[in-house]
Amino acid sequence: MVVDPGTKRLVRNPAESVLDTADEYGVELALQLVEQHGGEVTVVTMGPAAADDALRRALAMGANHAIHLLDDALAGSDALGTARALAAAIAPLGADLIICATESTDAYSGMVPGALAELLELPQLTFAREASVEGTTLTVKRAVDTGIQTIQATLPALLSVTASIAEPRYPTFRGLMQAKRVAVQTKSLADLGLDPSQVGAAGAQERVTEITTQTVEKQGVKIHDEGGDSVEQIIAYLKRIEVI
Amino acid sequence: MAERRVWVWVEVDADGQPHKLSLELLTLARQLGTAEAVVLHPQAAGTVEALGQHGAAVVHVGDDARYGEYVVDPQVATLAALLAAEQPSLVLFPSMFAARDIQARLVGRLGLSAVSNATGVRYEGEQIIVTTPYGAETIGTVTLDNAGPHLVQIRPKAFPVEAVGGTAEVREAPAAFDETALRVRLLGTEEAVSEGPNLEDADIIVSGGRGLGSADNYVLIEELAAQLGGAPGATRAIVDAGWVPYSYQVGQTGKVVKPNLYIACGISGAIQHLVGMGGSAHIIAINTDEDAPIFDVADLGVVGDVLTIVPALTARLREEM
Repeated sequence: MVVDPGTKRLVRNPAESVLDTADEYGVELALQLVEQHGGEVTVVTMGPAAADDALRRALAMGANHAIHLLDDALAGSDALGTARALAAAIAPLGADLIICATESTDAYSGMVPGALAELLELPQLTFAREASVEGTTLTVKRAVDTGIQTIQATLPALLSVTASIAEPRYPTFRGLMQAKRVAVQTKSLADLGLDPSQVGAAGAQERVTEITTQTVEKQGVKIHDEGGDSVEQIIAYLKRIEVI
Repeated sequence: MAERRVWVWVEVDADGQPHKLSLELLTLARQLGTAEAVVLHPQAAGTVEALGQHGAAVVHVGDDARYGEYVVDPQVATLAALLAAEQPSLVLFPSMFAARDIQARLVGRLGLSAVSNATGVRYEGEQIIVTTPYGAETIGTVTLDNAGPHLVQIRPKAFPVEAVGGTAEVREAPAAFDETALRVRLLGTEEAVSEGPNLEDADIIVSGGRGLGSADNYVLIEELAAQLGGAPGATRAIVDAGWVPYSYQVGQTGKVVKPNLYIACGISGAIQHLVGMGGSAHIIAINTDEDAPIFDVADLGVVGDVLTIVPALTARLREEM
């Protein structure tokens, strides 16, 4: 994780803006449900221009439509601001099911799916390991602190998924070609009918006021193993800390 | 100025007692002001004594049976009504699944922001300053500017459980929901397998990650753990992939552990995982990727193939011990 020392904002995926692996599972589940029950998959993201790559990946997997929330005023949004912008974009779609990852791999606050469900006035079924739809009934198995729960609700609903939900497919060559022909809809704050004071850094109620880097006190030793020759050094270390 | 009221959201265990993480939060709440607990659960009344003993001056109790039959929405509705009526300064949530669902939904309902994964909270005047680590080395300090109530989720083991003795005043929390809140039905809960490793009390933990390549290779972790008299653990990635049950998971959404020795095998060191094991006294990491973040927290880092090194180490220990 990289935090910009000037703005104190999280620098998201600094090297490249990719489809978060956590999101690939959700795209896969959406595609499978549409294969079983019919319908269409729309992928929605909020982020800088480079986030287009993530949408293209989802389109190449087989999604039908893509929406990109792109506006400088969205930068620095907290969980509430993010949920507000996503809700404004998703509400008009009239979707039967909205699928999110449980948390992003970078910021991992985990607050966006629940806040989004509330703003859309939908039931939320979170941390799903398995999900099935029969008619308009959504049934989910999820691992919680006390065991494996089975929960059920009527569509429309919001679902957040973990990696065991489905094995993401690789885009085919045909998929990649088709993805290039889909026009990604770009939406600004004005398009969403949102006031800039409600989102982005302006709407954030929390300010990161300080970022400190701890000096790691222990000076770790790094060795390179050649065909198992590190074992003796590990043994020596275990003896030194009196584990053996 | 009246003393600050700091609330703690209480999760209830299968045995009807308050979960340990909620008791940890009462320790923090007492440091900040008057500690009050909120329990919305069919067996809520049974938690009052323990909550009082751990420092709650007041327990807001709602024991409607429907809190056990439906998740999230009934609890959110009642809690939102309580917050509006009582206006506490701060609500602390344990880092648990159900609590996180409720906290997230309140963010949307009340138009409040929230902080996750915090390790400390303090007041400067009426401003609340929250400490929240981003990974092993970077600590963020977040200032909450809005009027409360502030919603802050605290990481496990950031505060000790302290039985201070005391008797809580019980206040009834009237159910503030109608049938529209009865929409996510709990059909059942399979108890987590109790045969899983006792990670929290283990002195030595050997954990495996994606670098093991496949579920079949997890046995190498179990063998090394057994040889050292330790417990086997896992990353969220391989739990999510179904290689081992959830009870093995070390990390932000699993167990937070602080053993004497932690051996990370084929684990890259996602923040999710580092949060759960970074406090271990001694850390050995074995991974093929020289740049993996796990090496930043390791005392002894071994760049190499876990599938070669781990079985060789187990065999060598068998001779040694």
